[in-house]
Amino acid sequence: MDQAHNRQAEPLIRWRYLLVLAVFACLAAGLLWRAVDLQLVHREFLQNQGDARHLRTMTMPAHRGMLTDRTGEPLAISTPVDSVWAHPGNLLEAADRLGELGPVLGLDARVLAQRLQERTGREFLYLRRHVAPEVAQQVLALGLPGVAVQREYRRFYPTGEVAGHLLGFTDIDDVGLEGLELAYESWLRGQPGAKRVMRDRFGRVIGDVEQIREPRPGRDLALSIDRRLQYVAYRELKRAVTTNGARGGSLVLLDATTGEVLAMVNQPAFNPNNRRQMGSGVHRNRAVTDAYEPGSTIKPFTVIAALESGEYQPETELNTHPGTMRVAGHTVRDIRDFGRIDLNTLISKSSNVGAAKLALELPEDAVWGVLARLGFGRPVGTGFPGEAAGSLAAVPPRSRVDRATLAFGYGLSVTPLQLAQAYAAVAADGVVRPVSFLRLDEPERGERIMASGVARSLRQMLELAVQDGGTATRARVPAYRTGGKTGTVRKSVAGGYADDRYVAWFAGMAPMSDPRLVMVVMIDEPAGEAYYGGQVAAPVFAEVMSAALRLLNLPPDQVEAVPGLTAMAGRQSP
Amino acid sequence: MPNSKLSFTQRHLHLDGTLLVALLLLSGVGLITLYSATNQSLGDMQRQFMRLGLAFAVMLVVAQVPPLTLRRWAPWVFLASLGMLVLVLFFGTTGKGAQRWLDVGLFRFQPAELMKLAIPLMIAWYLSDRHLPPRLPHVIVAAILIALPTGLIVLQPDLGTALLVGAAGFFVLFLAGLRWRVMLTVIGGVAALAPVFWFFVMHEYQKQRVLTLFNPERDPLGAGYHIIQSTIAIGSGGIYGKGWLNGTQSHLDFLPERHTDFIFAVFSEEFGLTGVALLLGLYLFIIGRGLYIAANAQDNFGRLVAGSVALTFFVYVFVNIGMVSGILPVVGLPLPLISYGGTSMVTLLAAFGILMSIHTHRKLWAS
Repeated sequence: MDQAHNRQAEPLIRWRYLLVLAVFACLAAGLLWRAVDLQLVHREFLQNQGDARHLRTMTMPAHRGMLTDRTGEPLAISTPVDSVWAHPGNLLEAADRLGELGPVLGLDARVLAQRLQERTGREFLYLRRHVAPEVAQQVLALGLPGVAVQREYRRFYPTGEVAGHLLGFTDIDDVGLEGLELAYESWLRGQPGAKRVMRDRFGRVIGDVEQIREPRPGRDLALSIDRRLQYVAYRELKRAVTTNGARGGSLVLLDATTGEVLAMVNQPAFNPNNRRQMGSGVHRNRAVTDAYEPGSTIKPFTVIAALESGEYQPETELNTHPGTMRVAGHTVRDIRDFGRIDLNTLISKSSNVGAAKLALELPEDAVWGVLARLGFGRPVGTGFPGEAAGSLAAVPPRSRVDRATLAFGYGLSVTPLQLAQAYAAVAADGVVRPVSFLRLDEPERGERIMASGVARSLRQMLELAVQDGGTATRARVPAYRTGGKTGTVRKSVAGGYADDRYVAWFAGMAPMSDPRLVMVVMIDEPAGEAYYGGQVAAPVFAEVMSAALRLLNLPPDQVEAVPGLTAMAGRQSP
Repeated sequence: MPNSKLSFTQRHLHLDGTLLVALLLLSGVGLITLYSATNQSLGDMQRQFMRLGLAFAVMLVVAQVPPLTLRRWAPWVFLASLGMLVLVLFFGTTGKGAQRWLDVGLFRFQPAELMKLAIPLMIAWYLSDRHLPPRLPHVIVAAILIALPTGLIVLQPDLGTALLVGAAGFFVLFLAGLRWRVMLTVIGGVAALAPVFWFFVMHEYQKQRVLTLFNPERDPLGAGYHIIQSTIAIGSGGIYGKGWLNGTQSHLDFLPERHTDFIFAVFSEEFGLTGVALLLGLYLFIIGRGLYIAANAQDNFGRLVAGSVALTFFVYVFVNIGMVSGILPVVGLPLPLISYGGTSMVTLLAAFGILMSIHTHRKLWAS
């Protein structure tokens, strides 16, 4: 080795080393300064930035309370479903894999790509709402970036069409839109909770950080409805509407002793599980929201006015001859000349002339007063959305025509529910009770609006109407005593009344020995040969009432020969 | 030099105990950080552990080779590396947009890595026999010897490795005694050529990286994304860090390349300023030990090679940490002995093997 070179070079190299060391010490200090700058000076800002990237407040959905019938059978349940959403920008990173979502979610890749492109600046886009949790798991298994799943609840109505009008439905966010779902929204509504979670870059939730608010599920609600009766009512009304070619119909079944609604159906019905067929008023609960002229079903209240005057007894006779009557230039007609009839027969034969005569002989406000006391012209007050008040003149009618027509049910309009409530007062010995859609533990105190004797007398007349010779013979139920009143109303059209469009009514109760159930059946525009309330509406009453009496285990109060039983006995001993 | 100055490991295994302990300590820190950065992947840990084993074995083997032999081989190793770099340009396999690998059948091989070792040996071989400080013709020859492989690597393109190779060569030249006139000329030349590079040589993505350095927010989801996420990670570590395995930026996938080039951000987030200071201290200790070995080398060759290895190691660390913490543009260099990955680790420890060989063979050829 050339030692001379080495020796000569050594000092040179040494101070170069020192220089290099100095420079490098500065550079190392630079790195350390940078670390201090980031980790001390800007720590808070950067920590916030970090938190902003991964901490999110998430709502924890709370399911909606369940609606049940009076026995606890579910009528509306919230089932867990998943909604698949995406962060458009993140998902577009895997634009070539969008096709994989197609078969699982039923989305077209091109359409999806376009939707994502339009929303690249946003953070959130629903890909598909309300899919089964299994489908959501399949989507997550694809591992696409920016795709996440959100738990939601979807309302499911096990009874479908049967209770559609009554229950109403919720929107896609599970908020009540119609019916009892809307009426009891605040009770049923769950209180969503909130929690802070850690999310990764793809929006997947990695873990919980803290619970901010516990989710509080909505409260369950037991309705007064009896699912079995509701079903029978639905079936029979639908059958009657179909066979009579009617436009529609309504049925209300009340428990007269409590005021609870046991069944309420309308036709045409809709399925609240299927949100696609919504719209155009098909979801209106017409038994509550629509008012019709009640016709002859009002006559019992005219008779009540007469009995209350003290001048009339059920046996007091009136002359209806010749079956027509001129009132201020208008003609009131019966279907035939009934001659001299008492009040019992007035009801059972449904004499318009008789009712008109009574009204004209009574004080001006007598009939109107009874109707007003029964609540006609005012909403029933159930809180059901869109409840109609019907119409009743604000002051007693002065003109003879108006007084006469009011006596047989024209010139006012009522909802089927209002009529049922009024008949329930008759059934409950003169006590009118608030109507309840909720199961009551004990009946609410009603308000007495007529003497119990009057109510009892009236019930005898109603029972006579279903006897041979009455208008409502088809409202009979084997083994039970029933009573009721028919009504057949010409529909009012612009400029008067239509000749060929009717509303058929039947309002009745059972068992007559101790009335418990009150039912109103309304058939709108029956199109067939039969259009009288006694022909069209009364059979529905008979079928539903028969089933209801048996299902509720009410003791039969008519132990005379029942044709069915005799036949059975005959078969047993040949 | 007296025999007694060499310890047991130095005499028999030709290993420098101090350096070995420091390197093992660093590797341990690396494994711990990697465990967190790979989301506790035992598979990755196993692979990294085996690579470390291989790299330390290579170091052990290289340390047995006396500097004299290294010096004799230097030109041939250099020529072979240069030849392979040329081959890479034509037959290399492409990966991640760069043509860096030679497929040798059994395995793939990066000639640029070998050049990292070859260049200091070569320049030291060339200069150590000549008059020091070198005269201008020798400087020019040495500069050409450096520029050739560096240029070939830039063409791949692999800016990070080119930087290291260039730096390794330059440090030998500098330590050999480059005159200030020459140095100032070179610095001036580089400054003058910078615009030319900017407009004619640099790739678009490289310009983006430089621009991003000055304002990461100009493209927060694109070029600036790495820097923004890594500075957030480092900064949110605070003084004591979030604790091992608790880094949110890294574990929630916000931090890209978190187990390779950007592992320093993971380390900083979880161990804080305290950890960073200790890690920098460990690196500086290793570099200091390298410079000590260089200072105690018995001839120019050893001194130049050892000095170059130590200083290049510093550049390695500085460029990586500088890039991750956002004071240097993004250049693809791993954090030595911490980042996941094999090839560069083997060459790095081989270089430390050379250092140890220089230190532990002193007496043998001084006598």
